[in-house]
Amino acid sequence: MTRKQRRLILIGSSLGVLAIAAALVLSALRDSIVFFNSPTDIAEKHPAAGTRMRVGGLVKPGTLQRGESLQIRFDVTDGKSDIAVRYQGIVPDLFREGQGVVAEGKLDGGGIFIADTVLAKHDERYMPREVVDALKKTGRWQEGEDTVGKAK
Amino acid sequence: MIPELGHYALVLALALGLIQATVPMIGARGRDAALMRLASSTASMQFVFVALSFAALTICYVTSDFSVANVYENSHSQMPLIYKFTSTWGNHEGSMLLWVLILSLFGAMVAQFGGNLPETLKANVLGVQSWIACAFYLFILLTSNPFLRLAQAPLEGRDLNPILQDIGLAIHPPLLYLGYVGFSIAFSFAIAALIEGRIDAAWARWVRPWTLAAWMCLTVGIAMGSYWAYYELGWGGFWFWDPVENASLMPWLAGTALLHSAVVMEKRNALKIWTLLLAILAFSLSLIGTFLVRSGVLTSVHTFASDPARGVFILMILVLFIGGALTLFAWRAPMLKQGGLFAPISREGALVFNNLFLTTACLTVFVGTLYPLALEAFTNEKISVGAPFFNLTFAPLFIPLMFAMPFGPLLAWKRGDVLGVAQRLMAAMGAGLIAIAVTFVLMGMSSVLAPFGIGLALFVMAGALTDLAERTGLFRLPLATVRMRAAGLPRSTWGTAVAHFGIAMTLFGIVCQTWASERIVALKATQTVAIAGYDLTFDGMVQHTGPNFRELAAKFTVRSGGVPIGIMEPSKRSFASRGSSTTEAALLTRGVSQLYLSLGDSNDDGSIAVRLYHKPMVLLIWLGSVVMMLGGGLSLSDRRLRIGAPKPATKSALQPAE
Repeated sequence: MTRKQRRLILIGSSLGVLAIAAALVLSALRDSIVFFNSPTDIAEKHPAAGTRMRVGGLVKPGTLQRGESLQIRFDVTDGKSDIAVRYQGIVPDLFREGQGVVAEGKLDGGGIFIADTVLAKHDERYMPREVVDALKKTGRWQEGEDTVGKAK
Repeated sequence: MIPELGHYALVLALALGLIQATVPMIGARGRDAALMRLASSTASMQFVFVALSFAALTICYVTSDFSVANVYENSHSQMPLIYKFTSTWGNHEGSMLLWVLILSLFGAMVAQFGGNLPETLKANVLGVQSWIACAFYLFILLTSNPFLRLAQAPLEGRDLNPILQDIGLAIHPPLLYLGYVGFSIAFSFAIAALIEGRIDAAWARWVRPWTLAAWMCLTVGIAMGSYWAYYELGWGGFWFWDPVENASLMPWLAGTALLHSAVVMEKRNALKIWTLLLAILAFSLSLIGTFLVRSGVLTSVHTFASDPARGVFILMILVLFIGGALTLFAWRAPMLKQGGLFAPISREGALVFNNLFLTTACLTVFVGTLYPLALEAFTNEKISVGAPFFNLTFAPLFIPLMFAMPFGPLLAWKRGDVLGVAQRLMAAMGAGLIAIAVTFVLMGMSSVLAPFGIGLALFVMAGALTDLAERTGLFRLPLATVRMRAAGLPRSTWGTAVAHFGIAMTLFGIVCQTWASERIVALKATQTVAIAGYDLTFDGMVQHTGPNFRELAAKFTVRSGGVPIGIMEPSKRSFASRGSSTTEAALLTRGVSQLYLSLGDSNDDGSIAVRLYHKPMVLLIWLGSVVMMLGGGLSLSDRRLRIGAPKPATKSALQPAE
């Protein structure tokens, strides 16, 4: 085998593996990514029920209800629109009314968001960035109240 | 006074760094031995000054000097001493100081142990190393100075993020940084080789021990981070494909590829240009990781604070080093001499296969990590790419890689015989097939894929043992001869087998999580919950007081077949200083499996929500990484790396430096 042929084999197999990887990546990107929506986005765009998505905002004070077998219900608000969220399970330590939250799950037919994951902040000084942006859009966020703890 | 001394020491380190970044390289160009030798002393002194600076910050933390802004933000006088110490790097500024400490440590080590390097190469390597160091000294001094004082010293600090108040902070970041930063040596060697326009098998032999050491630290560093997240975050998961985790996985994948391609280069003088590129990529990915984690582009437990100026500065460092290195590579690499030939089916071929799959897997992780950021920057659309994406892309690439793993070491260099090797691997394949059958019988059809994963893991383990058995002549030769052969085997051969065995252990542990069971229930006192043959009785709540927190723990008695085997006390800790709380999961280890219990909220009716997992074989995931590290250590102690490389052949010494 000449040097040229060997090199062709090498380049050919590399391209083959890369092509497979590209195909995997493209198909995975089509099927497995999750879009982030604010409650206003959902109110305006009416996404189809059953699509996986994330929704984020503040837990609206006064809406948190706990039910049987670790069921909880709460509204997520961005100041302009609200969406009702239902979740069964244990919520993170820093989950409480008035705080930022990101929920992942699907809309059911009745416009209620059935979450299978609820994320809150890691630390009292942080706010999920998506939530900050969503609040900024509705003008509920002032730069001054930046809770992203800034070391001097 | 002490913070000012620390600040001043860092400025001095920068001054030394600037000298080291220029003078020895000028010396190397003009073959001036005196100028070149300067690099060794400045490298050692840089380390001394950075160490002084780091010690100064540590003293501020240990003595709770709240007049220093950084200490005030991240410490508390009531914290246990160990956390006061570790909180030195539990914040942005301090962690960058740890970064440069390790960087200068590696520089000093090259100066110390690089006695057998050609003088010009050593001068250039240390010069390049110093550019990196200077960039980061400037970054710290200009944007992230840990020594800034407050005009009025507060009486009490704001405390360290409770999640970080854990022994994990003492282990995970230093090891991870040793890995990240260790790749800077390979990077500097690559740039120095490109500057000199010369590269040979000896180069690979010099680079290998550094890469290997960095890789060992990175392997365990990632694994310890994973274990920490597992027990601290209370979700029971060990890997979340979080961008920050991916940021450490990418350099690991590139570094693993580099380790393997450097072998080809050392033994066969082939794949030179590719190895150089990998050396550049491994460190570039470390820099990208640092950027992602430190710039505030991502929000996670690792993001201590975000300040746009910092992000821009790190981005500039990134562009300068990665862009500069790749430009130099594009310009110089074509001038390097071609390496040796080999047939596609050969040890070299197998290592190329390994590289191909590792780098492609790295690429998919790269796409999955950066695509959401790019999409948001260009279209303002926010998406999250999580485990499903990586399971669909990364896993299919890793399976052929694992399957090919036992073949590689058994193939001959230059021209191999894949059928012969397959024959020798018959026993290992048999072991894999039996494992698949047994798993199906034991576990039923609950998962169709997982038994094949178990089979694959066992095949790789048995393959690693086959390699050793073949080389020592086990079962073929008298035992005395076998023992003699085993003693005579190069340590690197043992290292390969052990490390391959380790990754198979990790795979085995991961696959076993298919059969993990989970229960989320609300319990009242004296109620019992059962999982995987264990019964856990809730005995009631207990109060504890820690040094800087109050703890509410739930006491559970664990019984197996009616016999008490242990007590688990998951708890919630509340930290008054920050007004925040953490959930501390309780673990009960049985062999290498674990019961995992974490607390949720307590309800009005007196019941408490608990999340209970049974995680079969889960410890193998992390033990595998320790075994991988042992394999790396064995390989590192190989005689040929200890005694150093032979002097390069005169032929290459005659080549002009241009």
